[in-house]
Amino acid sequence: MQINKTWILSNKNKFKQEFFKKNPPGSLDKLQKAVAGVAGAGGLGSNIAVSLVRAGVQNLVIADFDRIELSNLNRQQFFFDQVGQLKVNALKENLLRINPLAKIKIFAEKVTRENAAFFFKDCDILLEAFDRAENKVMLAETWSKYFPDKYIIIGSGLAGAGMNEKIKTQKYDKIIICGDQKTQSTNENGLLSARVAAVANLQANCAIEILLKGVSTHDRSEQ
Amino acid sequence: MIEVNSDSLEWKKGMTVNDVLTAKKYSFPLIIVKIDGNIIEKHDYTKYEINDGAKIEIIHLMSGG
Repeated sequence: MQINKTWILSNKNKFKQEFFKKNPPGSLDKLQKAVAGVAGAGGLGSNIAVSLVRAGVQNLVIADFDRIELSNLNRQQFFFDQVGQLKVNALKENLLRINPLAKIKIFAEKVTRENAAFFFKDCDILLEAFDRAENKVMLAETWSKYFPDKYIIIGSGLAGAGMNEKIKTQKYDKIIICGDQKTQSTNENGLLSARVAAVANLQANCAIEILLKGVSTHDRSEQ
Repeated sequence: MIEVNSDSLEWKKGMTVNDVLTAKKYSFPLIIVKIDGNIIEKHDYTKYEINDGAKIEIIHLMSGG
């Protein structure tokens, strides 16, 4: 059977029922009500967003100022014909190709101490997906200042290849860190698809777990 | 006594976050500092006075994404 957007829009419930057939029972109700923020749409952010949308998190807020370069394609969820596009635009397009019912709010701006709280104010949870450690620190400080009761999940230590056994998740109350917490992104270490996506998916998995426990403060009607 | 990343450290009156970082020889610039659950922002490291018995967590973040 061929499925197109017109069919999906007029058969939303049927589409969702089939799409999320393999989800754990009861999970979709909680996940589709939640709003998740993704700060950064690169190696971590693009992989996080794809996993969240596939899982049924249908409301995302994504911010990134950057454009896609060819060198991003070894680990980021973009395609060659999207090189040169703003990452947030291309990511939104790709996410809507997975599930056109998803609501993706994008900000094509650099996230700063001044605008972070505004961009992500509606989010139940924030996933940090920046490249540079100083921005990770900035986001954690800003988020905890404005939303001390909400979780932030940070990716830290994901450079290089292999070393599965080094990757872990550590909780510091509302701050959760996924990664090996050691490997730095340097020219020598490099960044590779599988290890970056592994950490991104640990972050997404952690967010899903928290959302399933029901931290969502939003009560949205069925879409 | 205060607790820093599960290790104990002698408390001194007027001790700031910077004093703790120096005492622990933490020279990493990219860290999150939590004291009794609250994040202390970088610009307060020299001002924030730590109480005796405080529980401090210092989380070092790595670049890459």
